[in-house]
Amino acid sequence: MSILSKLEETLICLKAGRVTLPYPTHAEPLPDKFRGRPIFDATKCIGCAGCANNCPAREILVYDVCQEVRVLQYLGRRCTYCGRCADVCPEKAITMSLEFENATNRIGDLGQKLEVFMSTCQRCGRCFKGAAALDELKMKGYRSDDLESERWIYRAHAFLEAEPAVADIEIELD
Amino acid sequence: MLKNLCQKMFGRSLWVYHANSGGCNGCDIEVLNVLTPYYDVERFGIKLVGSPRHADVMLCQGPAMRSTAQSLKRAYEAMPAPKLVFAIGSCACGGGIWFDSYSVLGPVEKILPVSYYIPGCPPRPEAIIYGVAVALGLADKKTAPVVFKQLEFPIPQYHPGDLRGDGGMVVYEKLEKI
Repeated sequence: MSILSKLEETLICLKAGRVTLPYPTHAEPLPDKFRGRPIFDATKCIGCAGCANNCPAREILVYDVCQEVRVLQYLGRRCTYCGRCADVCPEKAITMSLEFENATNRIGDLGQKLEVFMSTCQRCGRCFKGAAALDELKMKGYRSDDLESERWIYRAHAFLEAEPAVADIEIELD
Repeated sequence: MLKNLCQKMFGRSLWVYHANSGGCNGCDIEVLNVLTPYYDVERFGIKLVGSPRHADVMLCQGPAMRSTAQSLKRAYEAMPAPKLVFAIGSCACGGGIWFDSYSVLGPVEKILPVSYYIPGCPPRPEAIIYGVAVALGLADKKTAPVVFKQLEFPIPQYHPGDLRGDGGMVVYEKLEKI
């Protein structure tokens, strides 16, 4: 009886074949709807901080360093890859990537930090950003030069003197 | 010759001790999944041991809790000298979702010096194997911090205190961008 059962076990073991995956050399395809770590797109982000409000781990920090620049910082430490930030983002600036090989020896490697340029409303002083890229272009000189009423003054043509914001685009001038 | 061969083969074999300090068992199951024949991690000489005195590596799951922090520290001190600590899962890496609650002290690195972090909730078995491979030198780490900066501020900013009246013209004294 016992010999028979051992033989049966041997048969079952032989039938199974090799099941071990050759993981570090060859990766298996990921399952559908797999969520890896989120990737933040700075060009699409409007700094609405909806992701920071919806993050259950309080992982995304949004703060203003000055009146124009809002910093969005993703720490990556306690992120559970739940995808709520990507779900709530109105501009689809956050995509849940397929990256899961995030092992590191420095925890700071997991972080992402975006600096988003924001315009400020002339009346209320709050930051806002136009819906489209054209609106954003329109906004950049949008400030009155009334010295008495304004604490901060902006010079619109100063933007032309600086280097182009996007390095790929070269504007040839005569 | 056999000794050299053995050193070459088993020189990097790690004996791991599996310490859960208050996690939800998700990472536990993934770590046990790694040890099954399917993701056979004993190919790399990794073996699960029951006592921290036999272990080279401590696999920490779960955050440092108020009730288990002392035991975790004692288990770490019981390990012999060249020792590594792997923080597996987002709880051990950063404190988890309940990082700010009463019973959670925070990430494991508040108590132990953590050498490798494997984020995920829970991390896939492949991710854990990848972390082990990074520690063994079989693979390079893929993550790097991403910082998007506004290279130059599009609009310079002036303060009215720096303005000096010069006849009918206004001169900016401190032309300084923020």
